[in-house]
Amino acid sequence: MNSLKLDENQLIENFEAKLAKNEMIEPKDWMPAQYRKHLIRQISQHAHSEIIGMQPEGNWITRAPSMRRKMVLLAKVQDEAGHGLYLYSAAESMGISREEMLDQLHTGAAKYSSIFNYPTLTWADMGAIGWLVDGAAIMNQVMLQRTSYGPYARAMVRICKEESFHQRQGYEIMNVLATGSVEQKEMAQDALNRWWWPSLMMFGPRDEESPNSEQAIKWKIKRETNDQLRQRFVNQTVSQVEKIGLVVPDKAIKWNEAKNEYDFGEINWDEFWTVVKGNGPCNKVRIANKIKSHEEGAWVREAANAHAEKNNKTKAA
Amino acid sequence: MNSQASLFQYILKIADNQLILGHRLSEQCSKGPFLEEDIACSNIALDLIGAANSLYIYAAAIEGENKTEDDLVFLRSERAFRNVLLVEQPNTDFAYIMCRQFLFDTYDYFFQLALQKSKDETLAAIAAKTIKESTYHLRHSGNWIIRLGDGTAESNTRLKAAFTNLWCYVEELFEQDAAELDLVAQGIAVDTQLIKSQFNSHIAEIMQTAGMEIPTGIFMQSGGKKGVHTEYLGFLLAEMQSVHRSFPGVKW
Ligand SMILES: [Fe+2]
Ligand SMILES: [Fe+2]
Repeated sequence: MNSLKLDENQLIENFEAKLAKNEMIEPKDWMPAQYRKHLIRQISQHAHSEIIGMQPEGNWITRAPSMRRKMVLLAKVQDEAGHGLYLYSAAESMGISREEMLDQLHTGAAKYSSIFNYPTLTWADMGAIGWLVDGAAIMNQVMLQRTSYGPYARAMVRICKEESFHQRQGYEIMNVLATGSVEQKEMAQDALNRWWWPSLMMFGPRDEESPNSEQAIKWKIKRETNDQLRQRFVNQTVSQVEKIGLVVPDKAIKWNEAKNEYDFGEINWDEFWTVVKGNGPCNKVRIANKIKSHEEGAWVREAANAHAEKNNKTKAA
Repeated sequence: MNSQASLFQYILKIADNQLILGHRLSEQCSKGPFLEEDIACSNIALDLIGAANSLYIYAAAIEGENKTEDDLVFLRSERAFRNVLLVEQPNTDFAYIMCRQFLFDTYDYFFQLALQKSKDETLAAIAAKTIKESTYHLRHSGNWIIRLGDGTAESNTRLKAAFTNLWCYVEELFEQDAAELDLVAQGIAVDTQLIKSQFNSHIAEIMQTAGMEIPTGIFMQSGGKKGVHTEYLGFLLAEMQSVHRSFPGVKW
């Protein structure tokens, strides 16, 4: 008993020493059960977000107003599916199967980013999502390239390479609309009005209300806090809004000379928690769609497995 | 019809097939039976729409009326579309989707192979690029026909229903009108009669491996190439063109 305990202490010490030296934790390394649990939850939620995020944008592929926009949007949504794939693999390296993760998504046990529970109502939403939603995601993902778990960090490096194109195409859509006809400009401003606040919510609760955050920073899973990332996003985005002649839908937005950053208004935290708890405008429909395609695909997966098994038998014989 | 006008119509026929099939497949994005297949189908949709785009750019130049590829895609109405009836058929289930792909991919592979030898250099160049994608598409849908035919009783039954109901659109793939035959004589258009036997033998080979029988006694439908479509196309275009047509003349 005693020696086992000592071993455990030794293992924790080694683990923490590795973190202190900024070395990556790899799948075969020993890690505390809580670290593993935290990461499985975070990576699978991240993967689910990529997958559920295909729906609001997929909603506009068939209606994209030009051939170029159609091809770019299709390529982007396909990228997001690829991101989901990298992330499921990273989570699998911690000992959870894709089936289990999908199950958790379908039953509601696993969450995904709340931003995808808002509807995409006009073409301008494709601009706002690429620019703001991918933009906010990038803030987070750039930080995660240095996260302490190796497979997650490497997935992030691949993902970040594709993300800057996503944000650029979104901003480009908004720019064209904002400098286009009166109706187009209205469409752009309306999309900005609807997506601004939910984008700020993407960074999560305020630091003092985010109990997991502190531990995640200790384990070097996160390197910056929710509020730090949110502030950086606001600082970066306000000038982009102004550059294309739109208005940030926040009367409190003001440059603070002393702090060298923007002050901004209070997020509607009631709305934030309403959506997190499953009562956003699209929570139910997103999951219902996901379950529907999974169930409709069951006979296809069965057929593919049955065929592969028959093939293996023939080869073995 | 003068030869520029018939070349224009010929390019539209090729492009419309690719666009409409790509559109149908793009409707499935995020709805695949599993993630890898979802990615594969989006990828194929993108190939098809991309190939169509190059063709529309060329068609617009041949027409010489200062139009763009977007004018041809978003501002033509149902009767002006020249795609075959097969490609506009709906995504009834995964068996229909793959059966539709397989029939078109087989035709398109041999078509693009032959089009590379066109005396029209632009068409030949576009075909040379497209053939790499067509080769992959053909393998992808062919593999699925084998998996679904051989897989389970349910997949076999579903695939059989798809073949039975889509087979009536096969003959139209090879139809050629007088204007097109004229382009064949000039070495510009592909003589589809010459690729028919290759089509038949590839279909027969894959279907045999899949344990499927080729449907017989099916009455053949046609009309798409003359702009007389099934009722499905109107809705497809209404959706595809809705935003573009709601804001006439603006940039996107
Ligand atoms: Fe992504
Ligand atoms: Fe993205």
